[in-house]
Amino acid sequence: MDWNFVQKFAPMYVTAAGLTLRIAAIGILLSMAVGMLCCIVQSFRVPVLRRIAAVYIQLARNTPLLVQLFFLYFGLPKIGIKLDAEHCAVIGLTFLGGAYMAEALRSGLEAVEPSQREAGMCIGLTGLQNLRYVILPQALATAIPAVCANVIFLIKETSVFSAVALADLMYVAKDLIGMYYKTDEALMMLVAAYLVLLLPISLAFTWIERRLRHAGFGDQRSV
Amino acid sequence: MADQLLEVRNLNKSFDGAQILKGVSLSIARGEVVVVIGPSGCGKSTLLRCINGLESIDSGEILLQGQVISGQTKNLHRIRQRIGMVFQSYDLFPHMNVMDNLLLGPMKALKRPRAEVVREAEAALERVGLLEKRDALPRQLSGGQKQRVAIVRALLMQPEMLLLDEITAALDPEMVREVLGVVLDLARDGMTMLIVTHEMRFAEAVADRILFLEGGSIVEEGAPKDFFRAPKTERARQFLHTFDYEAR
Repeated sequence: MDWNFVQKFAPMYVTAAGLTLRIAAIGILLSMAVGMLCCIVQSFRVPVLRRIAAVYIQLARNTPLLVQLFFLYFGLPKIGIKLDAEHCAVIGLTFLGGAYMAEALRSGLEAVEPSQREAGMCIGLTGLQNLRYVILPQALATAIPAVCANVIFLIKETSVFSAVALADLMYVAKDLIGMYYKTDEALMMLVAAYLVLLLPISLAFTWIERRLRHAGFGDQRSV
Repeated sequence: MADQLLEVRNLNKSFDGAQILKGVSLSIARGEVVVVIGPSGCGKSTLLRCINGLESIDSGEILLQGQVISGQTKNLHRIRQRIGMVFQSYDLFPHMNVMDNLLLGPMKALKRPRAEVVREAEAALERVGLLEKRDALPRQLSGGQKQRVAIVRALLMQPEMLLLDEITAALDPEMVREVLGVVLDLARDGMTMLIVTHEMRFAEAVADRILFLEGGSIVEEGAPKDFFRAPKTERARQFLHTFDYEAR
């Protein structure tokens, strides 16, 4: 193991980790927004839109992110839409993540007992008040384990962005291997970098899930 | 008739072609307690659900204080603010403690100030013997306690009447008494109620009038002592006979 190499190129990994994290954060936030939108459109059976949402979800979940990314980066310019690597990455991640988030949120919404909605109606809440104070808090609590799993999954998926020459962690590792043939060191640093990024997030999620269980969320059927 | 709080006229309701309610008419005066009994599947719960708009109706009319409330879709929540309902399954909000369960309706639906509602909620909890549970979560309560909280939640909306749908059906026998005690107190205080129950002795004690519903129609109607001692119809006699094995 060449520790000088490790020391010398560690800053490159830090910069790349920043980029990975930034793209992931933006993509995940947008995914949640898209997911919430699809989920609401489907739960409220909005005509036409719910069909579009259903087609989108199947399309996004059943094609690899790499293929989606190639379509955005190499396919769209053919019809005159040119996006830089970073925009492609965010759009690609949102396209994939939105579908996964929609499914996670939908499972949460479906887990809320229908009688809860009626109980809210019976104390005179409007539809929106009922959604906000009664249904969504319970749905989100149930959906949180799935949402957390998606967040980690999506951060890991960012590794395919190196394929469109975005200087993320994966790209840096491949680059260093190509230039210096220090495969062991470059890959070890790559693994370490992902672990440093993901372990704290993963532990935090575990903690949140446990807290929610203790609060009686997400496990309402044990009443 | 003078001061009819609720009137139902010729109510019809069917699900998937099966007619559940067949021309049901009834009226309830302010302060009156009416108990609906009948075999399961006779339409008792559907009747209650139609009254506060949880189910749409096929035809007929429902009037609250002379004002038609059936067939409306726009301001249903305003009507529900005037008619409280308690279910068999309590349906407390599991993510909120007892106090927040009680505050939600008055504060959000009626826009009343928190401090004022808290005072009322505390007084009401005290009355049903649950003040010390004000910060407990629903899952920490027994069935009987949950149901008492659910009744208080409905009462804090200051409804003009209460609909109680088999509120003791899911309870262990020893908890039935504490819940029914609360309802008897309410009746004594003059709360107008339409109650569906299978507790015959309770029905006899609390009701001003009994409605016997079978096959979606009111088959017999009368004062509780007449109904339980000497039912006029063969149907009602048979139905009551099934309860003879219970300690009556």
